[in-house]
This record gives sequence, C-alpha cells and structure tokens, in this order.
Amino acid sequence: MRSSKAFLTTTGAVAAIAAGVAFGSASAAAETIRIGDINSYTRLPAHTVPYRQGAILAIEEFNRSGGVLGRQLEFISHDDQGKPGEAVKVAERLFARDEVVLISGSLFSHVGLALTAYAKKSKRLYIAAEPLADALVWAQGNRYTFRLRPSTYMQAAMLAAEVAKVEKAKRWATIAPNYAYGKDAVAAFQRVLTELRPDVEFVGSQWPALFKIDAGAEVEALKRLEPDAIYNVTFGGDLAKFAREGKLRGLFEGRLMVGLLTGEPEYLDPLKDEAPEGWLVTGYPWYDIETPEHKVFVAAYQQRWDDYPRIGSVVGYNTMLAIKAMLERAGSTDTEKMVDAMEGLSFDAPTGPITFRAIDHQATMGAYVGWTALRDGKGVMVDWKYLDGVGYLPSDDEVRKLRGGQ
Amino acid sequence: MSGAQHECVPVLEVESLSRSFGGVRAVDRVSFTLFSSELLAMIGPNGAGKTTCFNMVNGQLRPDAGAVRLNGRSILGLPPRSIWRLGVGRTFQITATFASMTVRENVQMALVSYHRRSRALWRPARDHYFDEAMTLLERVGMDRQYDRACGVLAYGDLKRVELAVALANEPRLLLMDEPTAGMAPRERMELMQLTTEIVHERNIGVLFTEHDMDVVFAYADRIMVLDRGQLISEGPPMAVRSDRKVQEIYLGGSAVYGTEPA
Amino acid sequence: MFLVASGLSIIFGVTRIVNFAHGSFYMLGAYIGYTLVQAIGSTAIGFWAAVLIAAVAVGAIGVVMEILLLRRIYRAPELFQLIATFGVILVIQDVALWVWGSEDLVGPQAPGLKGATSILGKPIPEYDLALIAISPLVLVGLWALFKLTRWGTLVRAATQDRQMVAALGVNQRWLFTGVLFLGSALAGLGGAVQIPKGGADLLMDFNILAVAFVVVVVGGMGSIFGAFWAAVLFGILQTFGIQILPNSTLVLMFLVMAVVLIFRPWGLLGMPETLGQAHPGPPEQPLRPALPRVRALGGAVTALLLALPIGHLVFPELVGVFTLVLVIEIMVFVLFAAALHFIMGPGGMVSFGHAAYFGGGAYAAALLVKFADAPFELAFWSAPVGAALLAFLFGWFCVRLSGVYFAMLTLAFAQIAWAFVFQDMPGSVLKTFGIADEFGTPLKITGGDDGLNDIWPSGWASTRIAYYYIAVGLSVAALWIMRRFLYAPFGYTLRAGRDSPLRAAAIGIDLTRHRWLAFTLSGAFTGLAGALFLFSKGSVFPTTLEIARSFDALLMVLLGGVQSLFGPIVGAAALTWLNDLFSVLSYWRFLLGVTIIALVLLLPQGIVGFAGTRLGRRLQLARPEEITA
Repeated sequence: MRSSKAFLTTTGAVAAIAAGVAFGSASAAAETIRIGDINSYTRLPAHTVPYRQGAILAIEEFNRSGGVLGRQLEFISHDDQGKPGEAVKVAERLFARDEVVLISGSLFSHVGLALTAYAKKSKRLYIAAEPLADALVWAQGNRYTFRLRPSTYMQAAMLAAEVAKVEKAKRWATIAPNYAYGKDAVAAFQRVLTELRPDVEFVGSQWPALFKIDAGAEVEALKRLEPDAIYNVTFGGDLAKFAREGKLRGLFEGRLMVGLLTGEPEYLDPLKDEAPEGWLVTGYPWYDIETPEHKVFVAAYQQRWDDYPRIGSVVGYNTMLAIKAMLERAGSTDTEKMVDAMEGLSFDAPTGPITFRAIDHQATMGAYVGWTALRDGKGVMVDWKYLDGVGYLPSDDEVRKLRGGQ
Repeated sequence: MSGAQHECVPVLEVESLSRSFGGVRAVDRVSFTLFSSELLAMIGPNGAGKTTCFNMVNGQLRPDAGAVRLNGRSILGLPPRSIWRLGVGRTFQITATFASMTVRENVQMALVSYHRRSRALWRPARDHYFDEAMTLLERVGMDRQYDRACGVLAYGDLKRVELAVALANEPRLLLMDEPTAGMAPRERMELMQLTTEIVHERNIGVLFTEHDMDVVFAYADRIMVLDRGQLISEGPPMAVRSDRKVQEIYLGGSAVYGTEPA
Repeated sequence: MFLVASGLSIIFGVTRIVNFAHGSFYMLGAYIGYTLVQAIGSTAIGFWAAVLIAAVAVGAIGVVMEILLLRRIYRAPELFQLIATFGVILVIQDVALWVWGSEDLVGPQAPGLKGATSILGKPIPEYDLALIAISPLVLVGLWALFKLTRWGTLVRAATQDRQMVAALGVNQRWLFTGVLFLGSALAGLGGAVQIPKGGADLLMDFNILAVAFVVVVVGGMGSIFGAFWAAVLFGILQTFGIQILPNSTLVLMFLVMAVVLIFRPWGLLGMPETLGQAHPGPPEQPLRPALPRVRALGGAVTALLLALPIGHLVFPELVGVFTLVLVIEIMVFVLFAAALHFIMGPGGMVSFGHAAYFGGGAYAAALLVKFADAPFELAFWSAPVGAALLAFLFGWFCVRLSGVYFAMLTLAFAQIAWAFVFQDMPGSVLKTFGIADEFGTPLKITGGDDGLNDIWPSGWASTRIAYYYIAVGLSVAALWIMRRFLYAPFGYTLRAGRDSPLRAAAIGIDLTRHRWLAFTLSGAFTGLAGALFLFSKGSVFPTTLEIARSFDALLMVLLGGVQSLFGPIVGAAALTWLNDLFSVLSYWRFLLGVTIIALVLLLPQGIVGFAGTRLGRRLQLARPEEITA
C-alpha cells in the first residue's frame, strides 16, 4: 500500500494549495506566478497522480532556488473528471478566478483536444503534457498549444522501425482497444512498418472494448489468425487480462510480441510476476537509467514522495522544467511572449535534451524502447535504448500539409 | 319503466358472439339487442363470461366469431378509442380517473379529446371547454367540488365524476362495469337513480353488469343472464326472476349470490 | 456476469428499487476479496473462504445501506431511491480509492487452478472451468432457496404482488433487508470470483453496471432463470461476435437488448409489470397557476440573470467572468433536465438515455459546421432539429413500452448512438464503399473518441457576454415554452396517460402518438441544450452521449423533485453548482455523495418538496392544501 499512502499525502498538500487559492482568490501574493494544472485525478488516478507529484517536485525545487524571474511559482491543480466539457470549464475557472498564466497537464486525448480548441479560441497558452493524440499538434494544432510527450505516431513509429529488422516476422496481427487512440496506434504502426518492409502482411485486427476485454475470446481469435507477430496496444486492466490469458492459452509461444506503452511502470508493475517476458515495448526503465541527471531526479523523487517515479512523474517534472525555461526566455508572463518563447525552446531534462519544434509545437522528447523481462518477481525492461523523438517526427512538408493553413 | 318519451331504436346489436380461452368457451354464441333509453343488465355467477362479453363490446378483446354493431355499423376489431369516438361512454368497476387533476379538469380532458384538441400546445388547458365541463358536473351533482383533486375524492364522488366524463362525448351507448361496486347501499341507489334520469333525458342505451341484485331489479329495464358463456335467460325483471333456470343457478348455487367481494 | 445480474434482478423484483450501487458492490467484492486472498488465499481452501467472506461482507454492506438509507425513503416517489444509490456510488468510489489506492490490482491466480487443461485440443484455463461450474451451482442454490424455504416463498410472492404480502402480515422490512443482503452478496461474490480473471480497479463499478442491467432486462426483470440464460446468451455472442465482427464489441449487447425489447417487451422470461403497483407515494398535486410569490421569485431570478453581465461590467471584482461561464453551464443543464422532465414527470416515461439527444444535437450541429461549413446561425438550429429527428426515430420503438423496460430501451438506443460516434461508424461505412484515405484508413467523420473540435459561435456571438445572453435567453424561452405546453391540453393529455392509461383510452386518446410526440419535443429541447453546450465548449466528444451524462440529467430531475415543474430547474442548478463547488477539493465525490444522500433523507420529495413543508407554506411558496407527506 505504499503508493496509496503517498497518494494521500499528495492530495492533502494539493488540496491545501488549491483550496487556499480557490477561496482566497486575488488576495494571495500578487508576486507568484500561477500555473494552472488540469488532469483526470478522479478518473485515472494511477496515471495522473504520479504526474502531479513530478510537477510538484519540480515547482518546489524551483521555489527553493529562488523561483523564476525572481518570483515564486504556484501550482494550482484541478480535476477534470475525465470529461472534456468539464476540463474547458476548469480552464475558464483557472484563468478567470485563479489568474493563472497558462494551463498544462491532461492525459486523455479527448480532454487534450478540447483544451487545444479552447486555447486557440481564448488565445491562452496550453502545454499539453501527456495526451497522445496525433491531431493535437498536427491536424488540430494551433499557435497556443504545445505538447511534450511523444505522440502515438512517434512511439508506434519507433517500435515499427525496431521490428522491421526482424526478418522472420511477416504475418502480423494487432489487438487494440476500440477507440481513437487504439485505432491511431494501429494505423501508424501499419503505415510505418509497411513503408519499411513492403513484404509484411497484416492478417487481422482485434478490437476489444476499452476496459471490457473478454481476454479468453480475444486470445482464441488471435490464435486462429496464425500470425508470426502480434502488435498490442491494450493497457491497464485489459493488458493484465490479455497477458494472463495469452500465457495460459499459449498465444505468445514462438511469436514476436510488440507492445505500445507496455513497458511503462504504470502498466507493467501491476502485473507483478505475470508481466510478459520478451516483448518489445516502449516504456520507462527508471531503475536502470544511469545518467547523472536522471539519478538525481529519481533520488529527489523518492525522497519527496516515498515512491518510485512512473512515466507520468518524469513527464510532469519535464513539463515544469519546460515552463521554467520558457518563462526565463520570455522574461514575461504575457501570453504572446510566452508562446514566442516556447517556439524552438530547448532545455535539459532528466531524460536528455528536449526542443519544442517551432513548426508544429511538438517536443522532441523521446521514448525508451527495449525488451521486457522478469527480475525479482517484477516486470522490467532490458536491452533498452533511448530513442530521441527527433528521428520519428513527420517532415516539415508533411507537417505543413497536416496543419493546413494554420 | 316510465319516461321513455324518445323513440326506441336499436343502439347495440350483438350476434352470436364467441370467444374461447385455451379451449374453454368463455362466451358462446351470445346475441342480444340494446335499445336507446334502455338499461340492460347483464348478470350471472362468477366466470359466466360477463367481463369477457363486456370487453368484446368495448374493443379490449377480439371475439373469435360474431358481430357487434353500433347504430347499425360494425365496430368489430376497432380499438377502444375508436369505439369511444363512435359514441360509447364507459365507467369501470374500479374507478379510473386522473388522480393528479381536479374534478373539472378530468371532464375537460374528455371534452378536449372529443373535440380533437388534445394536441393543442399553447392555450392553457383550463380555458378549454370550461362551461361545458361545469354543465356536466352540475348534472351529476359534482359542481361544488369542481376544484378538488380526484386523488383525494371519496369513492362515491369519483363514480359521479366518471359518469360525467363518460357523458362528455355525447354517447349513444354507455357501458358500465359494476357501476355501484364498492359503494354503500344508499349511495348505490342514488347513483343508479341519477344514471336512469340522465339516460332517459339523453336517450342513451346502457349495458351494465352488476352484482347487487337489489340494484339490478330496481333499475334494469331488461335483464340477461349468462351462465358458462351462454345466454340462458333474457327479459323484463319479473320474467327473469321467475325463470326456473335462473333460480337454479342462483338458488341452487346460493353461495354465489351477493357474496362476492366488491 | 450471471452472479451480478441475478443479484440485481432479485433486488429489483422484490423491492422495485433500481439499485445503481450494485456495480459498486461488485467492485467492493473484488477489492475485499483481493485483500482477503492476499491474506489467507495461498491455499485452495483459503482462497475460496476468502471469496465467500468477501461476498458476505458485501452483503452486510448492502444491509447497512438498506437500513440506514433505503428504508427511510420507500414511501418517496418512484425511482427516488435511485438517487440515494447514486450517492452511495460516489461515496464508495472515493472510499475504495482511499483504502486501496489508485493502482489497478491484478488478482493472484487461484491456488490449484493455475494451469490450463486441454479440451478438444484447445487449452482452456482451469479456472474458467471452475467458473463455468459455479454459475449453475449458484443458480440451483437460489432455486432451492426460493422453492424450498418459507423465506423464499415470501420473496417470490413479494415479487408478484407486494400489497398481498403486506396484507398477509409479513414484516416487509426484514424481507427487504434480507433481499438486499442476498442481492448484494451475489454482486460481491461476482466481484470476488473474477479476481483471478482480472483483479480490482476503480472503473469496475460502472463497467459492470451497464452489463448487469442489460442482462437483467434481456432475461426479464425479477427472473433469475432469465438472467442466467441471458448471461449464457451474451457469453456465446461475445465469443462469436469477436471472431466475426471484431469491431462490434461495444454495440452488440445493446443491439441485442433493443431487438429483444422490441419483440418481447418484458424480456425473455419476464412478466408484464403489474398495473396499479406504480405509485407507492402520494399522488401528485393538480397543476395550478403559479402563486404570486413563486411568480415573483421566477421573475426576480430571470431579472437577476439578465442583469448579471451588466454587474460584471460595472463590478468586475464582484461578478467575475467565471460566474458568467458557470451560469451558462447551469442554464444548459437546467434546460437538459427540464426537457427530460417533460417526458419523465408529466409523461411518466423515465428515460435512461437522454444524453443521446443532448449529444446527438451537438453532433448534428458540429458535423454541419465541419463538413458543410455551415454558418453558426444555421448549424445551431440544426441541433434541435437533428435531435428531434433522432428522438422521432428512437421514440417510435420506445413509447410502446413502459416503466423500466422503456427506460432500458432508451438506454440501449443511447448506447447504440454512442457507439456510432465513438467508433466513427460513418467512416467505417464509407470505407466499405471504398472511400478512405490514401493508406486505406477510414476517413474521420465523427472523429471517434477524439471528437470534433474547434467549433465556435460566429463573430457577433462569440464574446462571452453575447453568448451569455444567447444561452440564458434561449433557455428561459425554452423553459417558458415547455411550461406552456404542459399547461396546454397536450401536457394534460400526457399526464392523463400517466395517471390512468385505461381511462385515457376510454376517452379516445391515442396515447402512443401523444407519447411519441412528447418524446420528439423533449428530444428537440434536449438538442437545443446540446447546441448551447457545444458552442460554449468549442468541441464535442462521445462523452456527451455516454451513460453517465444521461444519469446526470436523471439525477437532476429526481433531486429537484419529479412532481413539480420547478423541480428539474432547481435540481439542475443545485447539482451543477455543487459539482463546481466541490470539484476543486480532493475527495469531492465523497462530499457530493454524502450531500446527495443527506438531501434525499431530509427532503424525500426532492428539493422543491421543500415548498410543501411547513416553512415553505409559511413563505407562501405552496398552497395550504398542498401538503406533502
């Protein structure tokens, strides 16, 4: 129950901050720079709470070292209940009542897209942290929206590029939750892999309903397709059920298994000793990343929260780093100046240097790709490497086409 | 009975009406004719087929065979609401009124429906057919309680409201299922007296079923007796009373007489 | 699936309570079972003991809910208990989060049943075989309980005729308590036995709830055998459905339910609802012209609403921008709730799927903007029209049913509509005609989960104050129009049909057509609310059509008071405001849940029922004769 205790402490802390501000309104020191945070804290706490912890850690570090532009930062966090309409309302409240200078956060793609549209209309800065939808910076991209985490397309492209090297994997099957993210993830993977390896064949797709998987039936259906390799996009409880049934029913034997996001601690850890072995995945092997920046981050995080970081934690931390760098570059909290400062902004993060591309506002933060294994009764990633996002982004021409006239 | 100043024409003609339920002949070739201004009682022991017969006339049940004509026109297979449009008013054994409406509104609803205004969306309902509703309520003696909710009314009063509602479409025929069920003996006589007066005034024919033999013999112009789905006797009260077959049913099976729950 | 559904079915059959908290009991069963299995479940005996203890514990929680909560409100209007159970859902969600943390718990495998056995050459997990054995065992157990014990006989009698059992002098209270124990324990058992198949997570409650309702309804409310066969049917459908139509997983179930209800309105093995059992509470008061005080209050509120932007311009400190935003949102939901109440109160048709018309309207407008470049003024009005058409279509099937079956069919249609946009079916359909993008990926029409974005009102209407006046003006006008409709013969006819279908037919009213028209009108007003929502948020997503959205509206109507025209207005305003007030706090769901439960207990006639209390009468908000229990 470690995580639960840590969760309580966080909530307490944030509640105090949030409550003080929500009711005290403008009376709080005008000196502070307020950052509005919107995330699905009640709908998906397992993913969003680490994010908030990472962000708070960063804010506290900044404030200890004198703040930004000589002012303290304040992090005001609100729940969007996993509803886009609610998120837009919360954004309005943050700007109007809490007088934040920008908003950041969010995990669900649809929430992110709603905030993207809102940012465009209201001409306020929105830094999307985790939503994966490609459209966020491309088809729906606009001047006021930036995204940190590598998108669905980027992560799928990384996996596709890796598995293209595996000669024998010719017959592919896919399994993905039946909604936009799942479909985009499959489409991107198919597209990139087919370009690299015209000889592969996709023999079938399974589309279980999100969080309602009938794993036994899905596994049987996949077996019937007799693929050489399977590309998995399921996650959370669905992944747990799929991994267990697949193992029991011998689906994974002799097949190349590839999993999008499967290596992230949020998804891998609940599986404990039933974590799949030998899958090629994207994820976050925080335990083995030996760079000094990252070791410092992990130590600080563990000390502050009595818990280990998840992918959400490092994204939250990096987001705040980006905001700090941006504020320093802009020298102002004026929205237009902040947007200008965001474009082309480079900064160093525990995961390596990151740049927000001016052309599409997508950050070059990459992902860790490696193979899953069991260690001490727990799933981990081994033989991994960090792939910089730069190599997996659409070309400038493509971006211009995707973003249309914007 | 006196007071039948109107011309007596057949209102309802029923010919060899039959209906079976799972092999049991609930109603077996029943025929009768009802004239205007006449009260025709349908009696018989439980399970004799009264209700089945009744429901076939009002359109709730489809007969297997036979004919039902209203004013010479076949109404076989028509749904209850169409039969109502042709001039058939109804009251129920257990009163059916709109509990959340006032007495007057109940009558107004029937008038609104009769004048095909039930889909009117704008002018408040309370302004529709106000005077007409009050006139009907006056006739049944409920005009002073016009603004009370039907949900809180005494049972006897509800029966009167139902009568007023049943008159809203200027019916030629009134079907009354156990009109006095659940009422005190004095109330029963009052209600039947009222009904008789109205029927004669407006030249309406009435078909009713009834358990209370005092009511039947006091107010029916004619009586038909059903037993096991068949019409076994029919005629003026005096004739039916002295019919041996009827006596057999009622006296032989004396337990039935008047013991049924209301 | 069967276990959960049979529990729900039993509770409904006897108590007529639509228990929304059933999914939460299932989740609790899983969590408690998980903890116990961790503690003592390392041996086979320990594992099964843990499962049973979890079931009993959840049963006990069901009993607590019955004694503390439901027992006090049996006399309240129909479905009012539903809000109470909804409050319980919220509380349990936060309690579970607090106790067990946010991480998904993956259940350990059952000791002794870890492997797979080969049957006909296919490996079947042993635990699956155990599960296959458990359901019939429970079924036989329940059958024996109901057939062979006196208690069981009473329960069966109560299912058929409650008054009768009461008349026999049976203590109904303990009967109900017992039933809640049994039903909840079955849910808990269902949650606990599935641990080795999945585990426990915080989204389980809602995920299972819809499924359980579908199974119960298809099987027939109150019929245990029905629930069993429906569960078997869905199990088979699921397995083959996945292989034949991998994309169909979301809709299949609801499609089947819709078809079953259309052809067998009472489910496979259910019986028609007994007439005359509908209203345990006191009958509704006749509709009267509003009292002067109430009129003045309404006028004052309207005036205040209209003056608010001026206040914002003059005293920006006092009336912030966000106040305007919040009022717009409140008005949207007031309109939504009032439109639902239009059929639910006077019409007696409880819709569980009204979000279909809310989201449907919003999508109609959004699609027109996206693909036809329609101007705001045109697109806006296409929402009520589109929603009305949708309601016209769905309504044709729905209005033939009544009671819970009506509610479930509306839910089924709403889910089909939801899946339609969620899976972007138009895109898939176009693909089958060869229309797709260069990579053969289906075109994005509804955009699926990612919705349609960046849809804003045109220039003149896009300022906050202009849009505020549009939203407030249209909502108030729509409310007034609905009020006129209800005071007109049409509204009276609807109430007539609700009060006594028998009498309505006997005065020549074609009830089906009136209900159909009411459903369509309600859809149009709901669509209008959807349009206001769309253009205030700038985007639309499938979440606007989901079950939770339908339930929100239902909750607003019930909380406000279904028997009054002001009920939905007050309920929607109160709930939206409370939600906004609490959501800035952590554990806000717990607070909201407790508040809802408190309101239910204090004001069993809904918030507007307050007017009927002594204080309300003294304030001349109600007539002296409008006394509520």
